[in-house]
Amino acid sequence: MTRIETNFSRRALLKAGGALVISVGAPVTFDLAHADEAGGAAAMSATVKPALTPDQLSSYIAVAADGTVAAYFGKMDMGHGIAVAIGQMVAEELDVPFRSVKVVMGDTATSVNQGGASGSTGIQEGGKQLRAAAAEARRVLVEMAVDRLGLPADQLQVADGVVSAKENAAKKVSYGELIGGRYFNVQLAWNGKIGNPLYAPGKAKPKDPKDYRVVGQPIKREDVAPRVFAQFDFITDIKVPGMVHGRMIRPKVAGAVPVNVDESSIEDIPGAKVVWNQGFLGVVADKEWDAIKASRQLKVEWSDAKPPFPAQAAIYDYIRNTPPRKKEAGGKTVGDVEAAFKNAARVIEAEYEWPFQSHASMGPACAVVDVKDDQVTIWTGSQKPHYTRDGVAALLGVPVDKVHAMWVPGPGSYGRNDAGDAAMDAALLSKSVGKPVRLQYMRDQATGWDPKGPASIHRARAALDASGKVIAYEFMSKGLPRVDVNSNESKPYDTLAGQLIGVPLKSGDGFAVPQESYGFENKYTYWETVPPLLDRGSPLRTSHLRDPVGPQIHFASESFMDEVAAALNMDSVAFRLQYVRDPRDIAVIKAAAEKAGWQTRPSPRKNLTGTKVSGRGFAYVQRGLTRVAIVAEVDVDRLSGKIWARKFTVAHDCGQIINPDGLRHAIEGNVVQGISRTLWEEVKFDNKNVTSIDCLTYPILDTTETPETIETVLIDHPEIEPSGAGEPATRPVAAAIANAVFDATGVRIRRVPFSPDNVKSALS
Amino acid sequence: MKQSYSLNVNGTVHKIEADEDMPLLYALRDDLGLNNPHFGCGLAQCGACTVHLDGRPIRSCITTISDVGDGRVVTLAGLGTPERPHPLQTAYIEEQVPQCGYCINGWIMTAAAFLRDNKKPSDEQIRSALEGLKCRCGTHMSILRAVKRAAAMMG
Repeated sequence: MTRIETNFSRRALLKAGGALVISVGAPVTFDLAHADEAGGAAAMSATVKPALTPDQLSSYIAVAADGTVAAYFGKMDMGHGIAVAIGQMVAEELDVPFRSVKVVMGDTATSVNQGGASGSTGIQEGGKQLRAAAAEARRVLVEMAVDRLGLPADQLQVADGVVSAKENAAKKVSYGELIGGRYFNVQLAWNGKIGNPLYAPGKAKPKDPKDYRVVGQPIKREDVAPRVFAQFDFITDIKVPGMVHGRMIRPKVAGAVPVNVDESSIEDIPGAKVVWNQGFLGVVADKEWDAIKASRQLKVEWSDAKPPFPAQAAIYDYIRNTPPRKKEAGGKTVGDVEAAFKNAARVIEAEYEWPFQSHASMGPACAVVDVKDDQVTIWTGSQKPHYTRDGVAALLGVPVDKVHAMWVPGPGSYGRNDAGDAAMDAALLSKSVGKPVRLQYMRDQATGWDPKGPASIHRARAALDASGKVIAYEFMSKGLPRVDVNSNESKPYDTLAGQLIGVPLKSGDGFAVPQESYGFENKYTYWETVPPLLDRGSPLRTSHLRDPVGPQIHFASESFMDEVAAALNMDSVAFRLQYVRDPRDIAVIKAAAEKAGWQTRPSPRKNLTGTKVSGRGFAYVQRGLTRVAIVAEVDVDRLSGKIWARKFTVAHDCGQIINPDGLRHAIEGNVVQGISRTLWEEVKFDNKNVTSIDCLTYPILDTTETPETIETVLIDHPEIEPSGAGEPATRPVAAAIANAVFDATGVRIRRVPFSPDNVKSALS
Repeated sequence: MKQSYSLNVNGTVHKIEADEDMPLLYALRDDLGLNNPHFGCGLAQCGACTVHLDGRPIRSCITTISDVGDGRVVTLAGLGTPERPHPLQTAYIEEQVPQCGYCINGWIMTAAAFLRDNKKPSDEQIRSALEGLKCRCGTHMSILRAVKRAAAMMG
């Protein structure tokens, strides 16, 4: 019997010396008993796996002898249950039971680069590809069955991974018998792209949605139980033989570099060593606590750096008054805005401000990297492990094919957090000490030194004619760039490690404008970016934070629509319905208003007396192809300034729904995190450094502030390709709360966060 | 200066060598190899490191090894098993609570002690008992549903 080995199960856990040890690529043996029985369709399978390239069906789908299906996914599940949804899509197209599909994610040895977790495209782009690959795999398997059963394809049917004759179900062959243990050898029509836009369909057409049996079902996650029984490995739990622990040391004044490091100051700590290269300074030790002690005990003399930052209060003036580095129109420009403003009977203008925000992930980032002469192995919590691989390869100057990166779930993610930097730092530490290094940051480094969501200002103005009709609308975003460092760590200049060892810099630009379908007859929206406050090794370098720049833009744009409605003494939902053009947008707006029992009346409400007042607010957005409308109902304590965002009603349209249970959980998480960012979150800094360095100086929403209710209305369009749900519902939350506060108090707050102190001073 | 300590964790006594000021967290993770609890802040501000010491929820990131003495430490792994789950573990699975799940130790260990001592708590009592715990993914709604479900199971 011929046998081959493959990395079907990419790792196995072994108990050794009381510690968990990971054995990489522990093989599962495939039985090749049927290798010689494939007949004329043999050319569509191979005993040796074709190269892991985007144009090979084997790069996405494999079938084991027992009929188990592996779906190799180049994105990953950051906790929304995407793995379940992908498994549903694959099971549906292949006509196999859901439970027989194993989704293998985020391993550069088994999956191609589909962009990692990015832009809420897990299903929209990643799922689209896996769906196409699974459909093609089914087509190929049926073709193999034609040879085996001697019947034409139109006389065959597939159920539960078994192909049988329609007329005689006893005449059958299973997928396992057809190809189990061998690989598909089928070329796909790859569009030549990697990352999110990668698409490589085969000849098969995916199923008609009316035939779905698995897609659309509320199947639960299987990765919850291991977490609650503490049987689950996070990135922080990875241990490899010979591993030492690392810690990084950051300057007190941002931009300062070590000029003298006294290694003798830690000589009493077992195994403690210093790794120092220009601005890069870390320590390692055999035990984790010893590494922490060494990082605190090490005597370091820092360069006398000039404090790089303005006072916190001056940040919006910096943005306002600094000449833009880049300016770009966004959205669709319509008509002649300037001319319309000249003819306006009335002009309404407002400006809004949004602070720097931190990912503030639940735990500081962690990575384990083993740099050997001929091979580099990375365990990373980064949501884009293929790009982590590329970045480490570039940083160390080794070929990409000598670097293997494996994603292991980390302590939350939400964009370009500190995970990518941790992998790059650990790579330099490991290379220097010649051992595998497990690096975890400390809390002050996680919140203080992660790439930040950019601070910004937004200016909106509307021209009204004598009848109160909006004849022109202009909107500007101006802020720090969303990609001062890029949304992935594939280039050393986009990482702290690269910047600290002196690679040439390349700060990126980019912001965005509102996404909506207001049909104003003259419309111009644009963005501008200003340079970073400190160009190298900055704790205020800016990048992607969940729904990158979406919350700030739509806080402004949807607050402004409410301001215009209020100026016209109009109900805010009625105002929106007067101008919104897209039918799906109109549908979500109506659905949210109806579910919330929205009473048509202008804001603010009458009788604005008493200490505790309540109000309701509305906002609607598009995000890509997804639409969300939201009603917030809030209580405001005018004495303390405390807001309780008590109830939300969310109408959500992301096209075809793959798993309504996962979708509801995703929406709730979006809303709660959105409330937190609106009410509490602002990265504080002084002229030397970021001073938001823990959970007290960077507070997030507390249990006691959790809404009473979050109602969701899921609008399903089986006929429309699915779009994202990981971020869209974050986007309208701030504006809905701001509009509700206005409704309750008659006071318009144009600066986030709405912390009790800020609200109290706005109301006084 | 490292000293010898005997730690009673989930019913088993382990001997370790450690500095007296080393937090319990590092003994559990680094010396005993338990993949719970987690390091979140090291400042007792988030709860990710919570374990029970003689039945009381404590933050193992600031509790030194010398302060543990011969106290009985129970971690999430010692609270229940797939065969004999704690009602909170069952409820967490039923409600599909976690997103990333890194915060789980804080919520479950704190809620377990609270529900043991408080039968039929009101919503407000539950919220107040869990005050100060952090969940960055924003799964608060599911957490509260799960604690209520577990409270009902525990009568």
